[in-house]
Amino acid sequence: MVDLDRNERLAEVSNELRGMVVETLCRAQAGHPGGSLSAAEILAALFFSVMRIDPQDPDWEGRDRFILSKGHAAPVYYAALARRGYFPAEMLQTYDELDSLLQAHPDMHCPGVDMSSGSLGQGLSVGLGMALGMRLKAIDARVFVVLGDGELQEGQVWEAAMAAAKFGTDNLVAIVDDNRIQLMGDTQAIMPIDPIAEKWRAFNWNVFEVDGHDAPAIVAACAAAERAEGRPTVILAHTIKGKGVSFMEDTHEWHCAPVTEDLKEKALTELSVREVRR
Amino acid sequence: MTEMIAMRDAYGQALVDLGEQNERVVAVDADLASSSKMNMFAEAFPERFFQMGIAEQNMTGVAAGLAAMGFVAFTNSFACFATLRTTDQIRVSIAQPSLPVVIGGAYSGLLGGKTGKTHQAIEDIAVMRALPHMTVVAPGDGVEVRKAVFAVADYGGPVYLRMTRDPSPVVFDESYDFKIGRAVLVREGSDVTVITTGLMVGRAVEAAGLLAAEGISVHLLHVHTVKPLDEPAVVAAAEKTGLVVTAEEHNIIGGLGGAVAEVLGEQRPTPMRRVGVADVYGESAPNDDLLQKYGLTAGHIAEAARSLVERRAAHAQP
Repeated sequence: MVDLDRNERLAEVSNELRGMVVETLCRAQAGHPGGSLSAAEILAALFFSVMRIDPQDPDWEGRDRFILSKGHAAPVYYAALARRGYFPAEMLQTYDELDSLLQAHPDMHCPGVDMSSGSLGQGLSVGLGMALGMRLKAIDARVFVVLGDGELQEGQVWEAAMAAAKFGTDNLVAIVDDNRIQLMGDTQAIMPIDPIAEKWRAFNWNVFEVDGHDAPAIVAACAAAERAEGRPTVILAHTIKGKGVSFMEDTHEWHCAPVTEDLKEKALTELSVREVRR
Repeated sequence: MTEMIAMRDAYGQALVDLGEQNERVVAVDADLASSSKMNMFAEAFPERFFQMGIAEQNMTGVAAGLAAMGFVAFTNSFACFATLRTTDQIRVSIAQPSLPVVIGGAYSGLLGGKTGKTHQAIEDIAVMRALPHMTVVAPGDGVEVRKAVFAVADYGGPVYLRMTRDPSPVVFDESYDFKIGRAVLVREGSDVTVITTGLMVGRAVEAAGLLAAEGISVHLLHVHTVKPLDEPAVVAAAEKTGLVVTAEEHNIIGGLGGAVAEVLGEQRPTPMRRVGVADVYGESAPNDDLLQKYGLTAGHIAEAARSLVERRAAHAQP
């Protein structure tokens, strides 16, 4: 049975996260809008439905772990953590400021951040280490790692993919935010990585493909991953870079660019319009 | 005849004994555990050993993940690959978050068993030392390797543990107290100070013997922890004789010689000579030939010390 209330709520949360991302990036006059906006539903699905976590006890040993391997999407991660209650939303105003826990790329000192990241290609290996550690400690929990499609160009990702299949870590779930665009342009032009699903299958992973802007579909894939015994799962989430803000959508121009006050207002208007329309 | 122990044999046994005592100790390998003797741990505790294949970057990241789950993770490869192929993984996934991972570097320096410059590590101390939060430990003999293994496992942060392959002279006895960051005075002397790291301490003991026969008294300080450097001990050792020779099986740039020069330059300027690899790459050849050609023998340490003493004597002439 489809939980309409939950689905509605996830859509609402995704939209709220987008608004928080735009505000945060405008205040900082720095950061990565495109890859943050494309991941809003992924973060909403994980932090508001899938993961067993306790914001009141962020270091609870039995929790699911989350690694944002595409660390430049930190703004949407921080938005999700704030919205979920790990820290007050006002703290988002300190993003990129001196002495802030909210660094441009995620740092483990921040509540809710299980692993530092920022140098692409490293998160899946760390996630595998955590998954093996959980197995050793008999902790019944999972590790979720979010990667970018451009990030798949890093060789270490495939070292980790090979190893996770060897160890059969079915408590490891990778989610690829497949927004098709990287810093300089289309991923397929910069360095083709298609066919992505076939690559993961060839590495003996359990593969799901979903519309990455359909949060309930992401939730369902994460649930299905629990039934994939003896194999790690990758969820290929097809997304649109800059999703939700018309002038940021599907372009590399907004991979990393400052949001002016005017454009912020325009973006927030669009986001709230869409919310009403739904 | 001096007793000889290969650091790797001491390492393998120490890991097994550590694993017995501490079940939080885990090990990850990149297909070299039989070389470093980490395979002794693998055989004793197969469930705590993870073979990652020839993929050092992934191995390093997996170690970080295990450390984040509360384990103390030892990585394993030759020193060059363990530190240089993986520098960014160590930097971002281990050093920045200060995770308790021990980067195990076997086969450091030039003595890689006829493998040549690709497998020789002469830059590793410099690179690891430049990483904030990183501790760099280079034991001088098998006894010290054992003590270091137990100490680094309790340290609670990232450590680079630098070891060598072949049997080397035993310098220390079991009774001596090893503490990370504390230098060891091996021999009191009055004419010239020699400061060593790694297995150069054995060659320095030999050099001190050669010089004693010439009437030159060597003050020998062993620095198993290159970072954090025991600065008071280094300054005191320099003040004792007014002359300093550093000795390491590493490039003369950025390693122990660099670290000692940084401290003395600021706190106690002292005439120095650095014994080490003279900023060149090595080659594959028998050990003794390599040490001779690249200037790493007891004779080279003695020559450096002698030259400082003679230069001071010449300057003292009216």
